[in-house]
Amino acid sequence: MSSTTSRPAFLAYLSQYWREWAITGAAMVLALLLGAILMVVADPEVSANFAYLFTAPQLALGGAWAKVAGAYSALVAGAVGSPEALAHTSAKAAPLICAGLGVGLGFRAGLFNIGAQGQAIMGSIVAAYIGFTFQLPYGLHLLVAIIGGVAAGALWGGVVGWLKAKTGAHEVIVTIMMNYIAAGLLAWLLTTAAFMRPGRMDPISPEVQPTSALPGIYQQFHLGFLVAILAAAAVWWLLERSTTGFAIRAVGLNPNAAATAGMSVAATTTITMTFAGALAGLAGVQAALGPSANGVPVPLTVGLVGTVGFDAITVALLGRSRPLGIVLAGLLFGGLSAGGLAMQSVAQTPLTLTMVLQALVVLFVAAPALVQTLVPILKERKSKKVAMAGGEA
Amino acid sequence: MTAQHDAGLQLREITKKFGTFVANDAVSLDVQPGEIHCLLGENGAGKSTLMNVLYGLLQPDGGQIILDGEELHVENPRQAMAAGIGMVHQHFMLVEVFTVAENLILGREGGPVLNLEKARAKVTELAGRYNLPVDPDARIEDLPVGIQQRVEILKALANDAKYLVFDEPTAVLTPQEIDELMIVMQKLRDDGKGIVFITHKLREVRAIADRITVLRRGKIVGSAEPGTSESELAELMVGRAVDLRIAKPEAKVGQIRLSVKGLTVANPAGAVVVDGLDFEVASGEILCIAGVQGNGQSELADALLGNAQVTSGTVTLDGVDVTHSNPRQTIAAGLGFVPEDRQHDGYVANFTVAENLVLNRFTTQPFSKGLALDLKAIADNATDLVERYDIRTESITKLASQLSGGNAQKLVLARELSRDLALLVASQPTRGVDVGAIEFLHKRIVAERDTGAAVVIVSTELEEVEALADRVLVMYRGKAVGIVSPETPRDVLGLMMAGVPYEEALANSKAAATGKDN
Ligand SMILES: Nc1ncnc2c1ncn2[C@@H]1O[C@H](COP(=O)(O)OP(=O)(O)OP(=O)(O)O)[C@@H](O)[C@H]1O
Ligand SMILES: [Mg+2]
Repeated sequence: MSSTTSRPAFLAYLSQYWREWAITGAAMVLALLLGAILMVVADPEVSANFAYLFTAPQLALGGAWAKVAGAYSALVAGAVGSPEALAHTSAKAAPLICAGLGVGLGFRAGLFNIGAQGQAIMGSIVAAYIGFTFQLPYGLHLLVAIIGGVAAGALWGGVVGWLKAKTGAHEVIVTIMMNYIAAGLLAWLLTTAAFMRPGRMDPISPEVQPTSALPGIYQQFHLGFLVAILAAAAVWWLLERSTTGFAIRAVGLNPNAAATAGMSVAATTTITMTFAGALAGLAGVQAALGPSANGVPVPLTVGLVGTVGFDAITVALLGRSRPLGIVLAGLLFGGLSAGGLAMQSVAQTPLTLTMVLQALVVLFVAAPALVQTLVPILKERKSKKVAMAGGEA
Repeated sequence: MTAQHDAGLQLREITKKFGTFVANDAVSLDVQPGEIHCLLGENGAGKSTLMNVLYGLLQPDGGQIILDGEELHVENPRQAMAAGIGMVHQHFMLVEVFTVAENLILGREGGPVLNLEKARAKVTELAGRYNLPVDPDARIEDLPVGIQQRVEILKALANDAKYLVFDEPTAVLTPQEIDELMIVMQKLRDDGKGIVFITHKLREVRAIADRITVLRRGKIVGSAEPGTSESELAELMVGRAVDLRIAKPEAKVGQIRLSVKGLTVANPAGAVVVDGLDFEVASGEILCIAGVQGNGQSELADALLGNAQVTSGTVTLDGVDVTHSNPRQTIAAGLGFVPEDRQHDGYVANFTVAENLVLNRFTTQPFSKGLALDLKAIADNATDLVERYDIRTESITKLASQLSGGNAQKLVLARELSRDLALLVASQPTRGVDVGAIEFLHKRIVAERDTGAAVVIVSTELEEVEALADRVLVMYRGKAVGIVSPETPRDVLGLMMAGVPYEEALANSKAAATGKDN
């Protein structure tokens, strides 16, 4: 049979699924390459050697190689190089996975949930408060604290869904406002008697009771990570196997058809945002009750949850809003974060570089066309009709 | 080969596979300047696929495209346009929030600065030349479908297309718009353009085709002379004899099931679009709503579903007031609903065939148990419906977006007709499906009637109205002009659709007839 196309036949059968994985992998490699260039450029000593690129190439290239190899091996060692490193990675990944699931769930319903940050803050406030205020037995105390934190996040997200359903207020704007409110609320609470640590004037809460801490399993690898994996499984079940998930996906892909088929777009929006908030709240619980490097949870401060709610957006994007993808993306970012600390201390690479790496990965993943241009073998054979307007978020 | 053979646009032995499925199997087709070549074939035969290959939207697995004797490589629509090939798609590809002139500039090469003035002038010039009047500054979303299609045609012409592909342009048009389009196409042909015309309406083929080629299951199965009768064409298409007009037993009218009293509906902008409508539909009868598109039929259908703003009046179904019920409630009360714009309201393109087939009953038995979906029941349902309604798909796990246009339509009809219904409301139920499927669907609708459902069909096609209706309600500007028998002469119906009351229309048409006799 004659063929007008020059592409090898095996690629014709490279399914959409595998192509996505390959693109994600290629995006990561590209990000590391760009990161390496940045590292070299940013280091005056190493980049100075490039003046002698033609006279003494071994100096320039050797120096660059040593720099990049040193940094990346520290990164890898810090992320997966030892049991301790793996435990560290898992601890960093757990809240990212939870919050990422919250954002991803929103995406599946066509909602852009920017509010994971505020929802996580609310979760951390309530979980920590229950943790340091009440005296309850082991097990029960933790359970109550988790439920409280999750409920707070659910409420914070659910309000957004309810407002959108009732008034049409756009969720992006509302969630951003809710983030400010949550951050402000936390700052204020830390100045009140109920939250302030006795004997201290700075905004820091008492330590939570050991009864409410997420029990460690091995170093920083703690129960919270298993909870995050369970949450991912639950979200998968919700989306793929439950009637609620069917409606969430239908509303996300084509709200008109969903409404015509009798689904309530308003109710689905509210339910989705409630679940999303609950998951982000769980991330806050992890931050408040998960053991830190010294084995006990970090007390509540203004910066306790860090930027988990915003990192969650990138995790959800990288994981393509699918639970398994989000777990893997969360692990990747957890690893980058754990490894980044090692890279900083061992190879004197600034921590900001890990952020740049994360940003680059997401940039490449979010722009598959760019990756395909840089790595042409991944190009899809034109088998899709031109995408139509509307539908997917 | 002689120069004679090389002229025009030729597709040679084009093969296109999707995975292991062969959508086009060594298909050869040519079109010469100054002719209209009709491409016929049942739903899923591979017509759109072949044309998408020609237009650069799909890459073939084999074969060549030859333009005026030279091989042409088209990797994307831009290259096709540059080579003088234009396409008017089955689903429009316009940017809805842009104006006509802005859409014309889109996708065209040019400087970095948009020259809107020039685009406007171009619209006016082409519109004048081919008699396709449009306002260059109108936004696409504000235009009726017929005009949107004009914009698609203008877009192709603005690129100096020598060859034009029309993929089912008439499926979404009203009879008047179809007549206008036919005139435009003839004009383009006389202007020396080569046209490939895809349609399922055999009347149009007979009216306009210079050559006819028939595709079935990805292969060319024959060609026909322009004068070939409709039934012969139908048989060639589907490979068996087709009843173009089904035999319909007399209606056995039972109790009133649907009763509409003084129904008034406002559109989102607040204008009254259904104005004090009164009618009843009994068990075992089909009421057709006839009228020129945009006279309130869609809004009436939406109101029956519970998806429109009812300002006054009542809708009663089986004695229960459902005026202000929501879609979930009306569907649960036994309403089967086929929306007019299936792609927009009828199915979820990125859901699988199986998921779409339970879109409005996944929460009911047997498709769910408590909160959990019963995937086995959903799959069994899909396998059964795909078989019974002849939905051409490799598997029930394919996405609806991967179905051919007509098969996606069948998906919605299969879902709605496969349930115990109290009332069926279907808008343009056979739009875009092939003659074989029309026969089948008409039979199914009549069968639904005969099992005791009340049936309301909204159709702009008089042929369909005549084939299905037990009574015809003619709508004009939101009001009922009258309820008449389906045997009413077409010209009388036509006058009524323009708002002329029955007696007057009848007198007018009689006068016209006697005038002709003299
Ligand atoms: N992107 C795709 N992926 C997989 N299969 C596809 C895709 N596009 C089309 N097909 C399959 O190819 C076959 C031919 O489709 P095509 O759209 O060409 O039919 P058609 O002749 O235009 O039918 P219709 O009259 O219904 O529009 C169909 O069975 C369809 O399911
Ligand atoms: Mg088609």
